[in-house]
Amino acid sequence: MGITQVLFWILTATALLSAIMVVTSKNPVHSVLWLIVTFFAISGHYILLNAQFLAIVNIIVYAGAIMVLFLFVIMLMNLNNPTHKLKNRVLQGVGGIAAGCLLIVLVAALRNTEIGLIENLGKELFTTFVVPFEIASILFLSAMVGAVVIGKKE
Amino acid sequence: MPINYYIVLALSLFAIGVVGVLTRRNAIIIFMCVEIMLNAVNLLLVAFSKMHHATHGATNATAGIDGQLFVFFIMVVAAAEVAVGLSIIVMLYRNIHSVDINFLNRLKH
Repeated sequence: MGITQVLFWILTATALLSAIMVVTSKNPVHSVLWLIVTFFAISGHYILLNAQFLAIVNIIVYAGAIMVLFLFVIMLMNLNNPTHKLKNRVLQGVGGIAAGCLLIVLVAALRNTEIGLIENLGKELFTTFVVPFEIASILFLSAMVGAVVIGKKE
Repeated sequence: MPINYYIVLALSLFAIGVVGVLTRRNAIIIFMCVEIMLNAVNLLLVAFSKMHHATHGATNATAGIDGQLFVFFIMVVAAAEVAVGLSIIVMLYRNIHSVDINFLNRLKH
């Protein structure tokens, strides 16, 4: 096994394990920290897939900005006390089975498909990236205005 | 690495995110599980972009760049969504002093 394969399996195990820990942690701050570990594992996968820019942007934007925002909100509302575990065990089991069925169905559906490319549509859509970029900046502006308006004290 | 391994990894992460959204009561942890799902989709897009480049890279030097650019825009939208979503959660907390989603069945009454 080459070094690439070893790294792939280590990163996969880390990502899956820390994602499971996010879902099962009782303390919200622990969940945030495990999610940061997940993001680092996924950034490692991006580097293996030759997407170095996306790996760095992932770390800066997700682990650096969004998770810090989550921590601010958790600390602001003083939620770092462990929440009570879900009392309804049946609901937990049903949630797990539903997600497991989703996984099985999706994996079975994608086992033998030919992944085709709609080349002409893609070429038409992507002749320029300036328009979505400008629209994304307007989206950010509206999101900021919306967040301030929603959170304003009367 | 064969593309199937990346497909199964992304689907597993997505399923773990779905378990989190369905099972947890804390609104903030539900929001974080939505972020896990978004990241699973990003990983799948980057894997397909690499596959596209591997099959068409000999003729076209920038084949498969679209996948990575789409992931960039997904991150942009996710960042904006987190800003607005967290402000909604803060307003929610200000009104009912809890982030437990079982309190949110007011519309039922």
